[in-house]
Amino acid sequence: MKKLIPYLTLAGILIFVAIFAEHLTPQDPYAQDLSNALQPPNSEHFLGTDRYGRDVFSRVILGSQTTLISALILLFSISSFGSLIGAICGYHGGKLDTILMRISDVFLAFPQMVFAIAVAGILGGGLLNAAMALAIIGWTKYARIARGLVLTIREMPYMNAARMSGTGSIGILRDYIFPNILGTILVTAALDLGTIIMELAGLSFLGLGAMPPTAEWGAMMNNGRSMLQTAPWMILSPGIAIFISVSIFNLLGDKLRDVFDPKEGI
Amino acid sequence: MKNYILNRLLQLIPILLGISFLTFGMMQFAAGDAVDIIYEQSSVSDEIKAAKRSELGLDQPFLIQYSRWLVGIVTGDLGRSFISGKLVFETFIDKLPATIELMLVSIALTIFIATPLGILSAVYQNRAIDYLIRFLTFIGNSMPNFFAGLLLIYFLALQLNLLPIMGNDWRAIIMPSLTLTISMGAKYTRQIRAIVLEELQKPYVIGARSRGVHEFTILTRSVLRSSLIVIITLIALSMGSLLGGTAIVETIFMWDGVGKMAVDAILMRDYPMIQAYVVWMASIYVLINLAADILYHKLDPRIL
Repeated sequence: MKKLIPYLTLAGILIFVAIFAEHLTPQDPYAQDLSNALQPPNSEHFLGTDRYGRDVFSRVILGSQTTLISALILLFSISSFGSLIGAICGYHGGKLDTILMRISDVFLAFPQMVFAIAVAGILGGGLLNAAMALAIIGWTKYARIARGLVLTIREMPYMNAARMSGTGSIGILRDYIFPNILGTILVTAALDLGTIIMELAGLSFLGLGAMPPTAEWGAMMNNGRSMLQTAPWMILSPGIAIFISVSIFNLLGDKLRDVFDPKEGI
Repeated sequence: MKNYILNRLLQLIPILLGISFLTFGMMQFAAGDAVDIIYEQSSVSDEIKAAKRSELGLDQPFLIQYSRWLVGIVTGDLGRSFISGKLVFETFIDKLPATIELMLVSIALTIFIATPLGILSAVYQNRAIDYLIRFLTFIGNSMPNFFAGLLLIYFLALQLNLLPIMGNDWRAIIMPSLTLTISMGAKYTRQIRAIVLEELQKPYVIGARSRGVHEFTILTRSVLRSSLIVIITLIALSMGSLLGGTAIVETIFMWDGVGKMAVDAILMRDYPMIQAYVVWMASIYVLINLAADILYHKLDPRIL
């Protein structure tokens, strides 16, 4: 547990910045100043300015809120919804299980990003729609994992004991199944967070996620794409911000797996 | 073997039906009236719109429209693009080779780079070279492909002038395939390292060593062979992210494949194109996974 602390601290700092981003920006991230457009990094603008003269550093900080918080909300929704469905399927079995698992088979047959690009496009862009596009397929993974876990514990003696002593389905789900699958789901979710951040930013980069003028890392990179030659800081700053956040969450996920599931990691 | 393949093909039918139904239903639900989109820019009378609607069969009930479209997928008649007016199927087939070329080159490059790195990393476990390789795979894993692609353009094309940003000769494929290789290669290297480490612990390796078989021979003859299944699994698994990745990478590098076609179609709300793209990509993905399963079965008949 002890070796988790540095990574939890780093992730904590990142989430702290994301939550209080509005109060941490040195300048107004949306204030345009065309006379100061495309300034390279200097003492006043730490990471330079974009084509509307907005302070890139402030926008990167505010972007953490858009990107990280939406990724976290998305992850929480799909992992809890997916695990709940999976746990119910695994515990009840029968027709319900067959139907829901066939449905998830169909969703799993789509390459995630291909589907997300199409759905985000059909829904007409926007961060919420992009998140929904990723959620439609994302939940199936958690449903499968939770179902598999529940199947292995369903016939354990303590489960039979709980049933015989009259514990209802909801009680069993809450008191016996939930604590048993929580560890694996948590590790899976932590390892997934980096991917989700990259996918959300990727959709915004394609113009299918956060819309201008929202400060979002992928959208900022899309904005600076045509000026790679003249103003590379517009790409580098949000790009490095994505890279650092994904790195931190990937490290945390790896260490969480080492702690909760030692046989998997080599 | 024949029965196995036949059985798997039969299992595919409900999945493919589900894919097509979902794609069609979603598009129908979200896109609204196609005729309104076609005539969005010009003001035409309701009679012309109604005529167009019956011409396209849009006044029919949902299930009839769906079954017509389903027949269209199989026969290659997917209607015309709202924007260019060209046949959707022809456009798709026209652009598919470029995407397949990009995917094949990326996979080949990935295997070519990741296999030696993974083996090296495992053989020199916990030495300097292992730490270096693990550090590189960590970076590759945390790098979004669009950022990697832009960095390659910035350094290789703009700063060092080594490669043209775009071009028609063979050099044009270097940067897009390298971009896809970075994240894929990181995953492959990790997995190959893990499997080689596991194999090196097995009794047959110890036996070979004690018989005086050269370490290099053990690695190439036995360990590499048993890693083959892992490599096939990796290719099948990475197909999904590769298909999605091509959409982003093709857009960045102006690579004229189906991925760029789809992103362009989405930005212009060209629904028949998007529908065709999703349904075909999902079918290709499912078929590749089936091929991988059959290949496992051939390599190791214990796997069902």
